[in-house]
Amino acid sequence: MKRLSGFLLFAALCAALPILFPDNYYVTVVGLTVFINIILAVSLNLLMGYAGQISLGHAAFFGLGAYSSAILTIRYGLNPWLAMLAGAAMVMALSYILSRPILRLKGHYLAMATLGLGIIVHIFFVQADELTGGPDGISGLPVLSIMGLPIDSDIRWYWVLCSFMLLTVLFSLNIADSRAGRALSAVHGSEIAAQMMGIDTAKVKSHIFVFSALIASVAGSLFAHQQDFVSPESFSFFFSIELVTMVVLGGLGSTFGAVIGAFILSILPEVLIVFEDFEVLIFGAILMVIMIFLPEGLFVALKNRVIHFMRRSQGGA
Amino acid sequence: MRFCRNLVMILAVFSLVLFSSGFTAHAKDTLKIGSILAVTGPASFLGDPELKTLQMYIDEINANGGINGHKIEFVHYDTKGRAKEAKNFVNRLIKKDKVDVIIGGTTSGNSLAVIDIVQRAKVPFISLAGSIKIVEPVKKWVFKTPHTDKMAAEKIFADMKKRGITKAALITGNGGFDKSGRAQCLAMAPKYGIEIVADEKYDNADTDMTTQLTKIRSTDAQAIINFGFGKAPAIVAKNIKQLGIKLPVYESHGVASKKFIELAGDAANGIRLPAAALIVADQLPNDDPQKKVLLAYKKKYEAKYGPVSTFGGHAYDALFITVEAVKRAGTIDRAKIRDEIENTHGFVGTGGVFNMSPTDHLGLNLDAFKMIEIENGNWKLLY
Repeated sequence: MKRLSGFLLFAALCAALPILFPDNYYVTVVGLTVFINIILAVSLNLLMGYAGQISLGHAAFFGLGAYSSAILTIRYGLNPWLAMLAGAAMVMALSYILSRPILRLKGHYLAMATLGLGIIVHIFFVQADELTGGPDGISGLPVLSIMGLPIDSDIRWYWVLCSFMLLTVLFSLNIADSRAGRALSAVHGSEIAAQMMGIDTAKVKSHIFVFSALIASVAGSLFAHQQDFVSPESFSFFFSIELVTMVVLGGLGSTFGAVIGAFILSILPEVLIVFEDFEVLIFGAILMVIMIFLPEGLFVALKNRVIHFMRRSQGGA
Repeated sequence: MRFCRNLVMILAVFSLVLFSSGFTAHAKDTLKIGSILAVTGPASFLGDPELKTLQMYIDEINANGGINGHKIEFVHYDTKGRAKEAKNFVNRLIKKDKVDVIIGGTTSGNSLAVIDIVQRAKVPFISLAGSIKIVEPVKKWVFKTPHTDKMAAEKIFADMKKRGITKAALITGNGGFDKSGRAQCLAMAPKYGIEIVADEKYDNADTDMTTQLTKIRSTDAQAIINFGFGKAPAIVAKNIKQLGIKLPVYESHGVASKKFIELAGDAANGIRLPAAALIVADQLPNDDPQKKVLLAYKKKYEAKYGPVSTFGGHAYDALFITVEAVKRAGTIDRAKIRDEIENTHGFVGTGGVFNMSPTDHLGLNLDAFKMIEIENGNWKLLY
């Protein structure tokens, strides 16, 4: 239980917020965006933080999930949950096929390949207008419902997205402490050493790539239903970069680091908006200061400092 | 234990955000107008004059004591032209700022993205974007002031018919405005007996369109229509000149700003486009009902900010349609304001004379567009 005490506290906090502040704009509206971003950052962290494989195309899988839901429900009248499943299956298959050739690349080449993937998918969303609605996107998705209960208000979406977000975080925490997680960090450390230890590195990498894409796809489906609208802009190359920034800002390789990174990057623009014209400037300055003084990431750095401080004070006593 | 400590930090950040943000009080007597405009980003040449226009006139209205005593409180967010941001900001305007009317959505993409939200929240929304999809089919809470791409297409084809052109080539970009315009051109051409013999496309970020234009040159097209905005149409115009293509060229109302002439230079001369009367206000006959309104707006805007564009005019129309509606309604109740916006009749704006109805949430007819030709780097009113 001790291992998960942090998670439980986090879950309790998320559950308490809408009860304490049921009508607060930041909780029930911004909170939804924060949850989606947390899910995406945590899933990207599986690949980037744990396995050390950079991806600049994560938004593509997010987008494919969203568009699958939108297209299958609206154009083909499929049940939203079935559409979500179909989208997830399609993304799984696609990411599996792509994983082997792509993950054979390293460093800048891997970055380029994933970047290319992101851009190709984005171009597809823009150009295949008969299917995707082109730059205007698609709106008017059916309402998602769970056992007859329609999810049609902000607060209901809060619970749905919160649950899925917590599941993702739990899954990520558990992977870190499992055999698969140790194999991943071995791959991260040194691929050759990992192979020497008997780890099938190609398989390990491809599995985590598929998992990460799968989570992004489901998040995309939920996002499409929650926003009731999809357009190519939400899944552009810039969003992929934003996701990478979230993971790096919070602290690469730490699940809660990804959570904090996603939280900060989603909430900061909302808070800084009061500065109007200076918003972007202050936003950039904050990111720069964090990365200059805490290069290992906000969360990881603070955590290490707190632990260091506790140890010292215990030693002194 | 380790995670417990982490959690304290998360808590601290959360609470900081919650309490520092504060809550805006919603005073009963002020009319809250919210706006989402693309003031920065690729569509900034549209959003910037729109914002300036709104601010200028709202300040003036407030200085004169407001509308029937209701002062206007103006809340504005910059979408940077991104649909996602537009969506977030409209949510913010409705759920946090609790505005009574929303004006904005500079681009068609931004406007279409927020329609569902305003419909659900029952907030009157006046869009400043071109696409006909915004008001067709009619949505109860959604209105718009700019001429539609359908009207632009019809105006162009009507002019072609006059000149005896029967075959035209189409070249469009990949933006929302371009795509919607292309669809309208394809749909409207048969009505005017015009055959589209080429349908070329480019990316709005492209810096050279000679390939597409060379293809067009090889067809038997008698005229070229380019539907787009931003710098791409200027490049098209330049390339046409470079390639020595002598066909008549039509642009859309998307280029009705001096910026286009600046960018295209010499190549702009001879190009025809449908546009709102604002850019040729001083060439209008004196009995034109719009002339007074247009000159007043032009004078006021130019005294403060520099050359006008028709885009700021759309914001002017939207603002004063709202102001008139509030005056008639005598209250700032959202539903009543909406009903009165729909009742707008004979309103003389910069875009034309608006006559809205439950089946027409734009209220302009084809006469609202003027056919303009660029001559010696200046607009010339044809008819």
